[in-house]
Amino acid sequence: MSVTQPGIDTPLTGFVGEVLEALGDLVVDIEQCGPRRGIARIDPARTIEAAQKMSAMEGSRLATATGIDVRDGIDVLYHWAFEPQGAVVTLKVLAARPDLAVDSVATVIPAANWIEREMHDLLGANFRNHPDMRRLILDDSWPEGVYPLRKSFDQVADRPPLPPNQSPPDVDLNAKRQGRS
Amino acid sequence: MSHNTIVNLGPFHPLQEEAEFYQLYVDGETVVDVDVRISYNHRGIEKLDESKTFDQVPFVIERVCGICSASHPLAYIQAVEEIARVDVPERSLYLRTIVNELERLHSHLLWVGLAGHFLGYNTVFMWAWKYREPVMDVLETATGSRVNYANAKIGGSRRDISDEQLRNIDKVVTELHRPLDMLTKAVLDDPVLHARLKGVGILSPEDARAYGATGPTARGSGRPIDVRKDDPYAAYDRVDWNVVCVPEGDVFAKAVVRLLECFEAIKIIRQCIKQIRPGEIDAKVEAIPPGEGVGHVEAPRGETFHYVRSDGSNRPVRHKIRAPSYTNIPTFKASCIGQQIADVAITLASVDPCYSCTERMCRVVDATTRVPIYRFADLVKLSQAKTQRMRRS
Repeated sequence: MSVTQPGIDTPLTGFVGEVLEALGDLVVDIEQCGPRRGIARIDPARTIEAAQKMSAMEGSRLATATGIDVRDGIDVLYHWAFEPQGAVVTLKVLAARPDLAVDSVATVIPAANWIEREMHDLLGANFRNHPDMRRLILDDSWPEGVYPLRKSFDQVADRPPLPPNQSPPDVDLNAKRQGRS
Repeated sequence: MSHNTIVNLGPFHPLQEEAEFYQLYVDGETVVDVDVRISYNHRGIEKLDESKTFDQVPFVIERVCGICSASHPLAYIQAVEEIARVDVPERSLYLRTIVNELERLHSHLLWVGLAGHFLGYNTVFMWAWKYREPVMDVLETATGSRVNYANAKIGGSRRDISDEQLRNIDKVVTELHRPLDMLTKAVLDDPVLHARLKGVGILSPEDARAYGATGPTARGSGRPIDVRKDDPYAAYDRVDWNVVCVPEGDVFAKAVVRLLECFEAIKIIRQCIKQIRPGEIDAKVEAIPPGEGVGHVEAPRGETFHYVRSDGSNRPVRHKIRAPSYTNIPTFKASCIGQQIADVAITLASVDPCYSCTERMCRVVDATTRVPIYRFADLVKLSQAKTQRMRRS
């Protein structure tokens, strides 16, 4: 199989090679291409187009995504599994500093909904046009702008104080205690 | 008349292992929308792993879930072995398979019991948990613990299973065949269970794929996906077994998948015990080179997915964990809408989520007056009463 992109020296082989070749010029770099595993970096401006192509392929399933805090921003890795070939193709998109934003693919594939919310909570990556960007992982009392999965966050030193205990407004604990005794 | 009511389910229940909070928007008795809030017990394990060495991580992540405590470490270990290009000894592959299938057996029996309880079949609950107990016992004798087996390690297995223990495992799973057969027939031949579970909580194959559903949830919806078959690991490609797949997509189909998978698990364990040969159980692993690895394992509830990135130091730079319920729970958006309230408890239970709610905290509240109408115990009663009514009629 031929190499589709100039400057990419990883040869495309097997089923993973076919998948990456079908993506054409969306792929800007191929980091790994084995019989069952592939990792490729795609053009951040064309994230949605890549997701549409991947979800239209036979047997594809979005397994999950991973966000990684790297020097230039947040690397967002979409892991696409293929059945019955048993392959996992990882597409990397960089959400570059300073705005850390990429297009959300949750409108294309609902499986991306929760994981994009999670990456927004924990790493501060921004997903443009996400249908429902409420908090998923962090508690409502967690301060804004503190991202616990960033490399700069220290688990012990940077942990925000716990919020005060609250009773639901319709429960009067004293009245309940007196009633029992 | 449109009665705008929110039903709160959750977030805590001692029966279930994780905290999740469901808000059902109901119109009369019909569910019109579902909202899920998760992460009440978020423990920051992914962050914690970045401060542990590669060898310490399995001990942390087998505590991700008390039931999938063989699957999670194995997925991580396979990801690291992919980076380090380790050839795992043959005997260790079989040992991993045996422990993972015993885990599946006890997890599926646990689910059958809980599903029985939700429907008011407490005899099923007692039976299933009784037959689960010997499986837990052999896991304890073979690995040293009922949960958190710490059996697999990077490069192989930590502990060998002796021939005597293997014979014992073979005896226990063979003896399990008959009661399991009885339990399966009792469940599948019961006309009330047919009426109660068929056509309830249907998840179409298209929705299953769109939400990324895995495991029995997907296989109950006619999607024959199984990591053990598609991307074989351990010794699954060396034994003969079948992927159980049922097309209907309702709760009954998911129950059938789980019950029949128990027989496949027994089949796999018995073949492994027959085929396993003496030998090394541990390959020497030097340093973990820089690189990225993906490991996925078919846990009892579905595919558990792990991604590991190494920079050549002794700790992972990033370790991503995706447990199966994370992709299965969002399918409620497709399967619960249009259901009756009394069917929701079992529909939610049908994906075997680590889902929970307490009798203390779960209430059905009128959306405008905030006056409590139902508690979770009332909902379970409602579900059990519906079965009673059907049984009588």
